[in-house]
Amino acid sequence: MNDLAYDKPLPEPSAVSRPYWDALREHRLVLQCCRQCHTVRHYPRPVCDRCYSMDYEWIPASGRGTVHSWSTYHHPFHFAFKRDMPYVVLTVDLEEGVRLQAPLRGADASALRLGAPVEVVFEDATDEITLPAFRLL
Amino acid sequence: MSLRDQACVTGIGETRYTRETTRSQAELTFEASLAAIADAGLDPKDIDGVVPYAMGGVIAEDFVTNFGLPDLRYSAVTPMGGASSVAALQNAALAVAGGLANHVLICLGRGALSTGRITDRIGMMPQFRLVAEHEMPMGTVAPAQFYAPMARRHMELYGTTSEQLGEIAVTFRRHAQLHDNAMMQKPMTLADHQASRMIADPLRLYDCCLESAGAAAVVISRADLARDCRHTPVYIGGVAEGHPDSPSTITQRPDICRIGLAKAAPKAFAMAGVTHADIDVAEIYDCFTYIVLCQLEDMGFCAKGEGGQFVQGGRIALGGELPVNTHGGLLSQAHIAGMNHIVELTRQLRHQAGARQVPDAEVGLVTGYGDLGDGSIAILHR
Repeated sequence: MNDLAYDKPLPEPSAVSRPYWDALREHRLVLQCCRQCHTVRHYPRPVCDRCYSMDYEWIPASGRGTVHSWSTYHHPFHFAFKRDMPYVVLTVDLEEGVRLQAPLRGADASALRLGAPVEVVFEDATDEITLPAFRLL
Repeated sequence: MSLRDQACVTGIGETRYTRETTRSQAELTFEASLAAIADAGLDPKDIDGVVPYAMGGVIAEDFVTNFGLPDLRYSAVTPMGGASSVAALQNAALAVAGGLANHVLICLGRGALSTGRITDRIGMMPQFRLVAEHEMPMGTVAPAQFYAPMARRHMELYGTTSEQLGEIAVTFRRHAQLHDNAMMQKPMTLADHQASRMIADPLRLYDCCLESAGAAAVVISRADLARDCRHTPVYIGGVAEGHPDSPSTITQRPDICRIGLAKAAPKAFAMAGVTHADIDVAEIYDCFTYIVLCQLEDMGFCAKGEGGQFVQGGRIALGGELPVNTHGGLLSQAHIAGMNHIVELTRQLRHQAGARQVPDAEVGLVTGYGDLGDGSIAILHR
């Protein structure tokens, strides 16, 4: 993969989110989990908003979830997405209780309904960054 | 102590609203501010508090430099995107009620395309840190895309239709045609709305607001001083701000169809001591048609899920039960981040709205909506 060819916005992992992105690079989805009250949280952040503990671990996620909502993007607000139009981006309820937003692959919006089961797939953007996507189950 | 009726809108000012400009945001802001101060019957040197728009290219001290304010003794910003202007009413009311200032200037200028597209600005703002990391890489880079899943879920759960959203756009366009400082004068039919291209499904082009250049400003005065100002004082009866759960990402919000205004509205109604039936006119932040519908529900004008039916049949048009956005709003007047909504509500309550006047308007409300769901509301009365 030639990093110079990738022209879409890329995440800049922070100190707290680095393990999340490192796992995605290995095609694993992990989530942040409070060690004190065991609440799973996403997106990665320093403090558990339930018990205020700053002690956490990374747990493997199943990668499965259900459709919470979606949108089909027709207008590219960023030039690099112009070649992809139109495409569907899903908001998914993961089995672990948090949500993930990622594009739908292999289907269009006509196949969608609230609650439709999906599974995460991994797409290498650069040598450093892998992004999640979904396919319908 | 309640803030009820402690402060008044005494001055309003606007520039012409255009698509582009060669003038700076600061220059536009000063023009609108001078107009608002003159409208109040005050001299610029009477202003002792300034609450400028956080993204407006000016800071409070610029008004010392340019207007020679002898004693700027109160300044603040309310960084809530499109909810900032109405949240600033709360801030200014607190300042004058607390004796920290007599006359507070609130102002907002925008340069539209001349100062860069919204998508370029967003990535740099701290309130968008999480979406910049986790959603912008997916191509979700603009407000239409952030908000589209809220509207889609509403449609799937409650049967809300694109035609119902269109009713909002068409109504506001008709109102704009009655305003000589509204950018969009061309008539719009529901068929035009339905034929407009899809941007981020279910939001079509005509569900999206304008980008505009221009500025608006208001002067907030302590109530006892307001009675000496030029026009009928417009009292801030109730005011509140509200932040949604998961304010920095809609994706992780437990209920993506509920926004910060749901928390703020009951407080503002209680402070003002009025009910929904008392509201004669409403100026509702309308960055997108769906956001109007959602706010009507979250303020309690109808139940969650009933917004689509509520906006149909002329209820929100001039002459209807609850006239909304009598100036055309961000959708058809101009995107001045809701400061134009405060100006319009003040005109309505002064009975200076000309062809757009809601007869005998006594009580009205204005809302703000910003960033990823922040809300603000003020209930004003004459």
